[in-house]
Amino acid sequence: MDCVATGGNVKVLAKAVHSLSRIGEDLYLEPLDDGLTLRTVNSSRSAFACFLLSPLFFQKFHVSHGRGFRCKMPIKSVQAVFRSLSSLERTVEKCHIELNSEKSRLTFTLHCKHGLLKTHNLSFQDCESLQAVFDKERCANVLQAQPRLLVDTVLHFPPSLEEVKASVTADRLLLKNHVENDADQAKAMRTELCLSSEEFLHFSVSAPTSITFCLKELRVSDGVLVFAESTDLPVSMHFDEPGSPVVLSVTDSVLEANFVLATLSEDSHCNHDNGHKKRPRTPPPADDFMCDDMDSYLIAMETSEMAGPSSRTEPRSSSEREQEEEQRPHSKKFCSFFFGSVLPTSSQTANQTLQNQDVLASDSEDEQ
Amino acid sequence: MPLSTRSQDGDEGCVLAAALDNVRNLSNILKAISFKDHAVFTATRDGLKVTVEDSKCLQANAFIQTDVFQEFALREESVGFQVNLTVLLDCLAIFGCSSAPGVSTALRMCYNGYGYPLTLYLEEGGVVTVCKINTQEPEEPIDFDFCSTNVTNKVILQSESLKEAFSELDMTSEVLQITMSPSQPFFRLSTFGNSGNAHYDYPKDSDMMELFQCTKTQTNRYKMSLLKSSTKALALSCKASVRTDSRGFLSLQYLVRSDDGQICFVEYYCCPDEEVDEE
Repeated sequence: MDCVATGGNVKVLAKAVHSLSRIGEDLYLEPLDDGLTLRTVNSSRSAFACFLLSPLFFQKFHVSHGRGFRCKMPIKSVQAVFRSLSSLERTVEKCHIELNSEKSRLTFTLHCKHGLLKTHNLSFQDCESLQAVFDKERCANVLQAQPRLLVDTVLHFPPSLEEVKASVTADRLLLKNHVENDADQAKAMRTELCLSSEEFLHFSVSAPTSITFCLKELRVSDGVLVFAESTDLPVSMHFDEPGSPVVLSVTDSVLEANFVLATLSEDSHCNHDNGHKKRPRTPPPADDFMCDDMDSYLIAMETSEMAGPSSRTEPRSSSEREQEEEQRPHSKKFCSFFFGSVLPTSSQTANQTLQNQDVLASDSEDEQ
Repeated sequence: MPLSTRSQDGDEGCVLAAALDNVRNLSNILKAISFKDHAVFTATRDGLKVTVEDSKCLQANAFIQTDVFQEFALREESVGFQVNLTVLLDCLAIFGCSSAPGVSTALRMCYNGYGYPLTLYLEEGGVVTVCKINTQEPEEPIDFDFCSTNVTNKVILQSESLKEAFSELDMTSEVLQITMSPSQPFFRLSTFGNSGNAHYDYPKDSDMMELFQCTKTQTNRYKMSLLKSSTKALALSCKASVRTDSRGFLSLQYLVRSDDGQICFVEYYCCPDEEVDEE
């Protein structure tokens, strides 16, 4: 791979890396014919983010490697290349990214003002592709707004707050903090915020619903909001029923960013569950979200050696799931995920749902 | 000048008496070299030199010229003493480190000679604090024998560009490698960290390069932990001179211009880490 970004696009690239760094520890980089993808997932697998920078984003974009080359590296080391966003704009004129698979080196060369040349040779590891299973097109509800609206909305919630519940009806979005049980309810401070559909650029709710997700993750995705704001692009929010992920995305002609956050699946909504979660499961104690309910947050991620037509993931047996859950190093309070990785053919774009073959017991990090 | 910092009783016995209207610039410079507790002060007719050393491999010298002081009286050819620099800095900041305009701490510094404490009279807004810091036997500073006739390579850069590089240096790298050469890559800073290596190349015709005198290609490594302490002085400076001699010893000189236009120098000497095979 050999590509060159110039001028303002270097800053966009840097911002993409910085916003990804707020989510995950590793950056998964995959050059495809239709652009360069940068992806990451958080340690509890409840948030995933992906940037696709199209060939037109770059002044020069050339993928010379055989299909299916991909690598990962600590995101911190890439962040170090773009350490100061403010000085970047002033000083960097051109950024050259070159992949040398023989030496296992990813080279970032920044051509700066005054002829200063900064070269970073980063080592990387081979890895499988990382892809969350989500399908924006199938989501029943789509909201689109200027990022400032969402940034301002999030600001109203106290920093200590963990979960926020978003309810949509045909003409409004109601956000409130998620209160865990009756005992707390008397003491807890409640914050409710109602946004009328007029505030949005686009407001299409075909299935009124309530979803609950980690506010922290939404804050993390400030990355995408700030990113959207700086590029002056609206943010779209795609979501379905509880349990299926909410997708925040920013798209323009040369790039696409998707931030996928897991949502809490509630028992009352079990009957709404889609094909992801057909398997039977034991309901957690009512209203007790303190329990380690593995199903409550779900981002399905999968592995596939073969690319198939876009289709839903086949549900796995519950024993497989339990096995996977046991192997998880630590289970964060009501966050739970399917996780795997995908090996798509290069013709497939980042967001396509793939037919899975064997779902790996854990993510691709163990595969090297 | 505030009255209180003028001649005090008992000044007669001073072998060194120096006064400053505003202690801030002195504080800043001393802070920049306060990577070790002990500092040797040497006063000569030219001014005050403050020396701090680390691991017998790094020496920092701050030069505060006589002109910087409103008063600088020396009774002997040269006066030397050692004090705890951290304590001295605490005393200088005894009225707080406010940088608000119009608020300044004035200093009068007296030393009565061997065995006497260093006495500081600090005044701000009519309040005077007297601090006495015990002095220590001055240790003989290391002579790095860095002689300008042995200098093989020398560059002078505007600090701005060097600051950026130093602020971005990969601190997981144990060494900073400096390459100076009459041909490509001219002046290169390299690090070798956990995530890979990084090079910063300055071409000799860069606007940032004020002087480029390299006669021979030289690549030397210096301990990052040692050079890191020089970044504080770099941050204060406006120009930097980087020199290496035939043995690979490094001299960094920073020109610090204070708000009122006065000039001080901070200089670092550093031993090379090890022999490097040139690639």
